Formats: sequence, structure tokens, C-alpha cells
Amino acid sequence: MRAHLPILPVLIPAVSAAVMVALARRELVLARVLALASAAAQLAVACLLLAAVQGGEVLVYRLGDWPVPYGIALVVDRLSAAMVLLTAALGAALLLHAVCAWDRRGQHFHPLFQFQLMGIYGAFLTGDFFNLFVFFEVMLIASYGLMVHGGGAARLTNAMQYMVVNLIGSTLFLFAVSLVYNAAGTLNFADLALRVPTVAASDRGILMAGGMLLCVVFLLKAAVVPLQFWLPGAYGHAPGVAAALFALLSKVGAYALLRFALVGLGWSSLAALEPLAWLTLLVGALGVLAAPTLGVLAGFAAVASIGVLFVGLAGAEAVRLGAGLYYLVHSTLTGAALFVLADLVRSARRKEGDAVLGGQDFAGRALLGGGFFLAAIAAVGLPPLSGFIGKLALLRSIPVEGGAGAASWVFVLVTSFLLLLGLSRAGSRVFWKTQGDGGQAMRGPEAGGVAALALLLAGTFAWSLVAEPALAYFTQAAQALLEPGAYVQAVTGMGVFR
Amino acid sequence: MEILFAVLIGALTAAGVYLCCLRQVFPVVLGLSLLSYATNLFVFVAGRLTVGAPPIWGEGVTRFADPLPQALVLTAIVISFGMTALLVVLAIRARFEAGRERSDVPAVTQRPEVER
Repeated sequence: MRAHLPILPVLIPAVSAAVMVALARRELVLARVLALASAAAQLAVACLLLAAVQGGEVLVYRLGDWPVPYGIALVVDRLSAAMVLLTAALGAALLLHAVCAWDRRGQHFHPLFQFQLMGIYGAFLTGDFFNLFVFFEVMLIASYGLMVHGGGAARLTNAMQYMVVNLIGSTLFLFAVSLVYNAAGTLNFADLALRVPTVAASDRGILMAGGMLLCVVFLLKAAVVPLQFWLPGAYGHAPGVAAALFALLSKVGAYALLRFALVGLGWSSLAALEPLAWLTLLVGALGVLAAPTLGVLAGFAAVASIGVLFVGLAGAEAVRLGAGLYYLVHSTLTGAALFVLADLVRSARRKEGDAVLGGQDFAGRALLGGGFFLAAIAAVGLPPLSGFIGKLALLRSIPVEGGAGAASWVFVLVTSFLLLLGLSRAGSRVFWKTQGDGGQAMRGPEAGGVAALALLLAGTFAWSLVAEPALAYFTQAAQALLEPGAYVQAVTGMGVFR
Repeated sequence: MEILFAVLIGALTAAGVYLCCLRQVFPVVLGLSLLSYATNLFVFVAGRLTVGAPPIWGEGVTRFADPLPQALVLTAIVISFGMTALLVVLAIRARFEAGRERSDVPAVTQRPEVER
């Protein structure tokens, strides 16, 4: 059983989704029970995986026992195990929200949710980039379904744009994969790492073009400026539960970029991306200032957090990359909390929805306002929540001397202030500028949504409590990315490397 | 052979990109289909063009075609076909619900409609 652990995160959601489609099309209760059981099983498997690779081992699962460059391999190392656990935890928390109301508003919510999780797990675990493409597509197809769940004109129009953008991205992905395969003759990350130094000089240009094109694809998925335009509208109009899960999708792009560029192509760092990270931060923060609805605000906050993340990932030192990865987990939890909150406000206020406007008093205002206060603290990066620790660790790892380091400091600090302004403005308008006392007559926010919000906020709090071991863990994970010898050795069985 | 493939892929890609830049949904769907044809051909030639050679290496075979891109292209065809179908369905639903059939999003108004 233990040997088959790495495939389970993909198998469990796949099987449970198939069972749901076959048996529970009409019985919502059965589908809910299956979904919750599946989430619990995924969480357990993710914990076991994390425990198995904590010491630095790399688990390799060869499907059909085919030797590596020929067959499909799943690889679990520190980084992918942590990402799988994050996905499982987020999925389980959001299901609590979903089973209260969202899954009733359209068909096939639960199977789509499970397929979405399956695609994300697969993208984190796969060891080659054609399967990365396949899992990206699984993830995207499910996300198209979830995005239009419940219908509505604005949602459909935005979903359409999201879909067209991502289809063009998928096309570029295939072009890039073929270019890399043409030059290097392999699709496996570890095998690619071995072959890149031996690629003939005449093929280097093709390899480089393929690599750059793949970077563009991953930056599009990660929503880095100038490829961020699709995110706020699409996520802001998606159903709350789905948008909260999508907070993780853009991180899959960042993860894939790290895996491909640092391990596969053997680049020493992604330093060229640092200016893009600054711009992403700025665009995200300005968007938060100007957002017309809480959903779009959460979308721009997600863009800003991608900016912080890439300031970390642009570093060449393990400490800085590790701080970026610590922030990745934090920003996923916070981003999801903001999306859930926007959704709760949207259903609590009859007339105004989640528009950033004052209006009638509504039931659960104090509760949601408190939640927004905490989520805003986390998103801006104020103590005591983990955003503060993440930004602090990140800034401490960047030397102020030299232009790029100083600029990173300036951008992170100034945009934090802008985020503070934008979130305070939105919060005081929505939660304080209320008239009348109509709150008593209406029913309060759904228990499941509040539970999900509380769990996510408790998650960021817990994440700040475990900051020291977590930072150490991610620094080791980043070290393994920068010096992928052990990874390559474990996957290909070839020891001589660099 | 190389020139034929290069021209074909180039023409399909150019037409696809042009159509994707239009604002109506139908040309965009056509453009994405053309782009996916171009991709499929491109994946196909990723293993270099070989004519009249077996796709399997065996005893005494010195010249063989790379079988992997042929397997990849099957996956790519299935996925792009499914995606196009989904996009068309979505376009039809958007046509009926939003009354418009464009791939761009209208500017956000000051007071957006409430979605539930």
C-alpha cells in the first residue's frame, strides 16, 4: 500500500467523481457524503505523503513499472508533498461551504469539484511535462464547469473570456512541449535535466524557444503582468466556492514554472522575472483600490499576492525561494478566505450584493465584518497573521544593496500600504456605512460558509504559529530545486549529474 | 516535405491567430480550431519527419519514425476536440442568457448586477 501512496491523490478524486456521476446524479445527499469522505481520504493520504518525504527522500512512482524516460512517472518530493497537502486542506474546507448551498444551484457540482482537485494533484505530482499538460487540461475543463455553475449573464461572459484565454494558453503549451521534445528528445523533467547539457549547438535555439514559450504559458496561468487581465473578472464573477479553489490554480502555474525552469532546464534562477513581479504587485494593489465589487477586489488581491510570490521566486538563494513558497501557502489560504467572504456578503445583502457600497443593514454583519477584518490583516501582511511573517522573511532574505533588491523592498512595502488603503476603504463602506435595522428579519450567513471562512482564517493563524519549521522545510525544498541532483538521481537512477 | 509542412502550419497558425483577435465568438471558435490543427501538425513533426519508416524499433531496423509524438498528438486531438465542443456549448448558453455573443467583456459599471 505504501508503495502506491503517490498515485492515491489522483486516484481517489477520479474514482469518487466517477462513482458520483454513476450513482449520485439525483441524490444530492449521497453525493455530499461521498465528497466529504473523499476529501477526508485525500487529507489522510496527503499527510502520509508529507510524513514520507519529510526527511528529504524522493518517492518515484512508475506507472506500469516502465523505466523512466519511456513511461509515466509521478514524483513526490518535499515541495510537491506540501502542495498536495495544501490542496487537500483547501478542498476539504471549501467543501463545508459547498455542501450548504452551492451544490444545489446547478448540476454536477461535486464530480466537477473532484475532477478539479484531481487535476491539481496531478499537476503537482507529475514528473513529465506532457502529463503536466494533460493534468492542466483536466484542471481547466473542471474549472470551466465550476465557473459557470449557477449561470448568470455576467458569469457566462467572463467565463467565456477565461476559457478562450486558457485555450490559447493550451495551444502555446503544446507548441512549447513539441519544441522542447524536438530539441532534447525527452519529456521527463529529470531526464531533460540530464540531456540539456548535451543538446547539440544547432538545437539550442529550438530548446530556448520552447523553454521561453513554456515560461509564457506558466506566467499566463499564474496571472503575472502583462498576462493578468483575465483573472479579476473571471474569478470575481465565479461562484464563491469555485473562486476560492481557483486561488490555488494560479499557484499551480508558479509551481510548474519552478519545476520546469530550475529542474528541467537547469536555470540558476528566475531573476529576469523580478521586474514583472513588481508590476504585478502594483497592478494588483491599484486594482484593490479601484475594485467595484468584493469579488473583483479578491481577484486583484490574488494578483498582488502573485506579485509577492514572484518577488520571492525570482531569487537565486534557497532562503528567498523558501520565503516565497511560505508566502504561497499563506496567500492561497488568504485569497480563498477573501473569495468565500465576498460570496457570503453577496448572499447576505439582497440589493447591493458584494458591491463596494454602503446599504441596508444585513444579518451577520458583525460576524462577516470581523472575518473581513482578519482576512484583510492577513492579505496586507500585518502582524500577527502569516502574511506578516511571510513578507518579513522575504524582505530579510533580499539584500537592500543594489538596484533590484532595493526596488523589491520599495515595491513590497508601498503596495502593502496601497492594499491597506484599498481593503480599509472596501471594509468600511460595506460593513460600516449601513442604514436602517433590517438585519434581524433576514436569515444570517450559511453555517457552512462561516465554518469554511473560520477554518481558512484559523489556517493562516496556525501557519504563523508554525512559521519557523515551515520556513525551514520550504528552504530545504527550495534547495532541492536549485540543486536537483537528488531528484534527478531518484527519478532516472543516474548518479552522475553536474 | 519540410517546406510543405512549414507553410501549412504557418498558414493555419496565422489564420487562427487572426480569427482569435476578432470579437464575435464564432470566429474565435473557428480560430481556436485552426490553431489546434496547427498544433497537432506541429506536435506530429516534433519527432522529425520520416517517410516510409516503421514506427517501432526492432532487429535490423536502422531507420524508424519516432512513435511518441504520434501518441501525443492523439491526446492533443481528443482534448482540443472536447474543448471546442465545450466552448460552443458555453457560447450558446451565453447567447441565450446574456443576449450577446462576443468574447470581450463589457466595462464594469458602477453598480454591477447582483449574482446569486
